[in-house]
Amino acid sequence: MTDQSTGDAPKKSFNWARELERYALLIAWVLLILFFSQVAPDSFLTWSTFSSIIFGSQAVLLVLTLALIIPLTAGDFDLSVAAVLTFSAMLLAILNAKLGWPLWGAFLVCLGMGLAIGLINAFFILFFRIHSLIVTLGTASIIQGMILWVSGSQTLSGVSNTLIEWVIVKRFLQIPMAFYYAIILAAIIWYVFEYTSIGRRLLFVGRGREVARLSGISVTRVRAGALVASAMLASLAGIINGGTTGGADPLSGLTFLLPAFAAAFLGATAIIPGRFNPVGSVIAVFFLVTGITGLNFLGVDTFVQNIFNGAALIVAVSASQLVRGREEQGIT
Amino acid sequence: MSSSAQTDSKGAPQAGAPALLAEHISKTFGGERALDDVTFSVAPGEVHGLLGQNGSGKSTLIKVLSGFHHPDPGGHLKIYGNNVHLPVSVGSFRSLGLSFVHQHLGLVPNLTVLENLVVGDLATKQSAFLNWPELRRKALETFARFDLDLDPQKPVAELPQVERALLAIVRAFEDIRAEHEEHGVPGILFLDEPTPFLPKEGVEQLFTLVRGIVREGASVIFVSHDVDEVMEITTRATVLRDGRVAGTLVTEEATKDEFISMIIGRKVEPYQAVPQDFSAKAADISIENLSGGALTPTSLGLHKGEVVGLTGLIGSGFDEIPYLLFGARQAASGQITIGEDVVDVTTTKPKDAIDRGLALLPADRLGAAGVGELTITDNMTLPVLPDLRAWFGLDRPGMRNRAQKLGTEYDVRPNAPVMKLASLSGGNQQKVLLAKWLQTKPALLLLDEPTQGVDVGARQQVFGAIAQASEQGSAVICASTDYEQLSQICDRVFIFARGQIVQELRGADVTKDRIAEQTLLSLSLSGATTAADATGANA
Repeated sequence: MTDQSTGDAPKKSFNWARELERYALLIAWVLLILFFSQVAPDSFLTWSTFSSIIFGSQAVLLVLTLALIIPLTAGDFDLSVAAVLTFSAMLLAILNAKLGWPLWGAFLVCLGMGLAIGLINAFFILFFRIHSLIVTLGTASIIQGMILWVSGSQTLSGVSNTLIEWVIVKRFLQIPMAFYYAIILAAIIWYVFEYTSIGRRLLFVGRGREVARLSGISVTRVRAGALVASAMLASLAGIINGGTTGGADPLSGLTFLLPAFAAAFLGATAIIPGRFNPVGSVIAVFFLVTGITGLNFLGVDTFVQNIFNGAALIVAVSASQLVRGREEQGIT
Repeated sequence: MSSSAQTDSKGAPQAGAPALLAEHISKTFGGERALDDVTFSVAPGEVHGLLGQNGSGKSTLIKVLSGFHHPDPGGHLKIYGNNVHLPVSVGSFRSLGLSFVHQHLGLVPNLTVLENLVVGDLATKQSAFLNWPELRRKALETFARFDLDLDPQKPVAELPQVERALLAIVRAFEDIRAEHEEHGVPGILFLDEPTPFLPKEGVEQLFTLVRGIVREGASVIFVSHDVDEVMEITTRATVLRDGRVAGTLVTEEATKDEFISMIIGRKVEPYQAVPQDFSAKAADISIENLSGGALTPTSLGLHKGEVVGLTGLIGSGFDEIPYLLFGARQAASGQITIGEDVVDVTTTKPKDAIDRGLALLPADRLGAAGVGELTITDNMTLPVLPDLRAWFGLDRPGMRNRAQKLGTEYDVRPNAPVMKLASLSGGNQQKVLLAKWLQTKPALLLLDEPTQGVDVGARQQVFGAIAQASEQGSAVICASTDYEQLSQICDRVFIFARGQIVQELRGADVTKDRIAEQTLLSLSLSGATTAADATGANA
């Protein structure tokens, strides 16, 4: 009890390789910025590029990535988040713009929809013991069909200006408010992951279901909670998307799915390597956005976005696989 | 025949040579001799028993012969008189005429009997077209030859355990029979503990099949714990003890006592801690009619501070008890009384068990007890997170300090809470996981094989931790097949056979030899007990 020093020794010896790994993504991001500032037009390295495009334009993607890492930490995939996002934006547009509901009423319906879909996903995954990938692939398609049905395949606009005002018009340091909402959400998730028993349970459920179960954790409840949380945060992302675009279209929300997965896995190689973590996710989103924005500045066609995101996903998963493989050999 | 022997000397049998001759086989694991100069031979057409306690080297020997382990230099292996290069290259045993049936049988439950039967051919033969009707006809022919009533179209999952074992054996035999037809080598079939999960009639069916196989000229090596079965089926049997051949007995001429004393040896055990006798006191914890899995309704009582061992042969059900009590596996019946608290075990979940003061340390260390890729701190603090809260949430430095303090108390080396659990040695992992539960001061500590894969030094420390817990008033249940361990830590030992208690050892009887002897006798005891129960019921 008094002998606290013995174990501190390995902790204090500074492990350069370890630290480098933690901040590798951050360093890569800085290098990417430096690279584009050299090869792209001067307008790239300006605060307005950063405030409006890199930080400002992708709050929706950031919230969606944060939504994803919750079930991923618990060991489940949620492929339905992008569909939920789109559905939520569409419901918001229909209720608020078309039917004239007040914003708060529309918000409640959107979040309620998220809750319901989270519960449906959880029911099929946990009660029938089906892999989450399959169930959420199915629900994503069902939701997509419902979106086309309720919207008549039309793009809707006319969402209340109040929402637009509070999402992208109001700015702090020239960065739209949506960015700050996403950062606050990241901070909350970080707190839950690191400083609450719920976060610990989530981690153990993801890493060792049997260990978690035999340590008295209700694995079913934790997994269901994670799926409900991801669906509700995805509807929140939909609300923010509604505020960003001033309306809703039935398809564009789906393009968020792949970048969100890429950012989640890329983020898991940083800060706490090998773990899905919100700080890493934030850096990963900005890394991806910077890459795509830089390529746009170079005048590259938009199809490069897909290539860039897809490559980032595969590279990220390969990198985290390397990290894991090494740790299995017991090298710390 | 002789002309074919000249053209292909590789597999052709030498006249009069034993089917298998292994000479001077040794195997060292990190300084520890698992096999020490083992020599034995198996005659063609013989069922040869391979007997020994856990850790005697049986499985190491099998793994050397199947090419899984590389033996130390100096050993020789001859199959039908032909030298086989050691180490046996993995995968080549089939072409040597060897075939192995392990306890897990290696069947795919979702596939049909026929698909399972031909899976070996599918893996090795390069044929684009499978003639299913032809394969089916052949399968039926094979089954008929051994008098088996198996439906080739039935999924293996729907077969009873006996038929699965029979299928696995027939498949293994068919594999070497193909070789037989090519090279004239009758082949050697290894059956590694095939019987523990089978009912008595099933064992008979299996023996009939084994007799059929040796009638066709092949040899069978029958690995078992069970002396009765070995005496029934084998011609001769080789006994391993502490990695050496203790002797080879001709079954007909040997008595059961000879077998048992050869298995146990006559080593004098160093005197162990004095088992305490709690029998005068009323039980503090009583378990009634607990059943589930292989366990039939069983009752036993425990006292505070008492360490009770559970043992038996594989499949006897003793190792279910910790998991059933904890709610880790679904119990079919049973209740547990701790003090005033009477609880139905069938509805217990691990959370309820923990709340009631139970703690379970499963045998599967990194699969069920702790998460290897998380840190010592994460693993140790999981059950006590509510105690480690500060005003803003979890007290991270407090968690680390707790792990550090427990690490010192249980001598975890290195005592570095930030290290991942998997990077510790097996013994230190076990200390971490024991500390994880002992900090909750459990009323009943449930252990399953607590020192499996734990080195000798750490083993003593694990025993010390268990003894300390019992001194502080915990009752301890330890399921294990390590008789030495049981004799070192237990006040009482229950021996199980066929899902029930057949013997209770206490006091001076809690010795390694007594436990081993009674366990080996347990199957005959279970017969006796059932008969006694029956007469009791009649009266």
